[in-house]
Amino acid sequence: MKLKFALLTALTVATASAFAEKAPEPPGGKHAQAAEQLFRASFRADNPKYWMTRLDQDETMKTCGLYRDNPPRKIGAALEKQNRATIRYPVDGKLMGDWREGEKLAAVGTGGHIGFIQPDPPGRTRGGNCYACHELAKKELAYGTIGPSLHHFGKIRGNSDEIVKYAYDKIYNSNAFTACTNMPRFGLHSWLTPEQITHIVAFLMDPASPVNQD
Amino acid sequence: MRQTLWIKTLAAAALTAGLTSLPAHAQDSRVNDELAKYREALADGNPADLLEVRGEGLWREKRGPKQASLEACDLGLGPGKLEGAYAQLPRYFKDTGKVMDVESRLVHCMVSLQGFKADEVTRHWYSKPGTESDIEALVTFIGAKSNGLKIHAPASHPEEARMAKMGEYIFYRRSGPQDFSCAICHGQEGKRIRLQELGNLTTPAGAGEAMKTWPSYRVSQGAVWTMQRRLIDCMRQARWPEPNYLSDAVIALETFLQKTASGTVMETPGIKR
Repeated sequence: MKLKFALLTALTVATASAFAEKAPEPPGGKHAQAAEQLFRASFRADNPKYWMTRLDQDETMKTCGLYRDNPPRKIGAALEKQNRATIRYPVDGKLMGDWREGEKLAAVGTGGHIGFIQPDPPGRTRGGNCYACHELAKKELAYGTIGPSLHHFGKIRGNSDEIVKYAYDKIYNSNAFTACTNMPRFGLHSWLTPEQITHIVAFLMDPASPVNQD
Repeated sequence: MRQTLWIKTLAAAALTAGLTSLPAHAQDSRVNDELAKYREALADGNPADLLEVRGEGLWREKRGPKQASLEACDLGLGPGKLEGAYAQLPRYFKDTGKVMDVESRLVHCMVSLQGFKADEVTRHWYSKPGTESDIEALVTFIGAKSNGLKIHAPASHPEEARMAKMGEYIFYRRSGPQDFSCAICHGQEGKRIRLQELGNLTTPAGAGEAMKTWPSYRVSQGAVWTMQRRLIDCMRQARWPEPNYLSDAVIALETFLQKTASGTVMETPGIKR
């Protein structure tokens, strides 16, 4: 009887710790709400209001933080559905633009910096900064590794309508496919225009693009 | 002159990597090796050493309306006790009732001991070409007094523990037009942005590797950066608005990172790209 009880206790403890491992505590624990207030109160009073809106979080951002970017599948799937619904296309419906323009955008990492110390000058070009995280054309060696290599993207996958649409959608809103991915949602935030996205799609897909040469 | 040598070393590194046609992963490690060599070349004669000397002078000199030195400043281990103090910050201070980092405590001392006004001493909290920063010099001096000692910031005081948790919250908080958080770049092992290696700041090894070298001389900026400067610039890179110097958000992040980094031996001033 005593042994049975001990076994049962051991089993309960083991199950509880297995569950505890499954769902780590949200960052900040019981101080999360206080931390949000502390964070918001930490910014300079002379930041213009339209800068401060950059601290606002949509549901995707909030949920991703809560789960340390690793949400349970059911919650992740719901976020993906929401994000899919945000995707907008160019008026003419053409998703393949000019790969040369895309190549330029892929290399540009400037734009969008605010603040008083080293802001970007007004009108500074905003790029996709793809090379920060991805390998693309073989000739560019200074590529990052946060994202997968996209070298030979089109050569490997072909340029069927489905693949072209996938590439466009992924750049427009990366969270439509993988909730809480590290990749920014370039179209959703109007960081890139739909037309600019078509140029990057061409850089990835066009057989003549350096991504698919060499 | 030295700068020219560094640039040559970097160019050589890029060239070596460029001429070699290897599988991607081999090429990655090749590039990393060359970068490590570049850093080694930089470490031979760190320009920040000069700043350390200036910082020591500022520490001992009688200054401010009260004509006092900073030698009675308590950085957590008692008045004037500098050895190992940096490695144990941020910490809770009874006299202010706050968790403070090295910079907020230093400013506190400059105000309370020397009689300066806070906005006066923080006006040049970071240097610009032609404008020196006393704070940078003092932090470089204080940081070096922890060299060879282990980072020890266990956040055992309830206020420190609370601050560390709040730092953790901020570390994972995503916002802005690029959906960034600290974790995006600093939550995984062995990644790079362009050629810059990124530390995984969620592990003791990764956080230790990062925290042990600050303050650090940044070659691209031609200046020493303090941890406040480092983190405020991370927020700029995240495309967020600008936090206040010495703000609680930055101190919370520092508390979280120092706690994770505890056990790593300090090696300042560091030298970075």
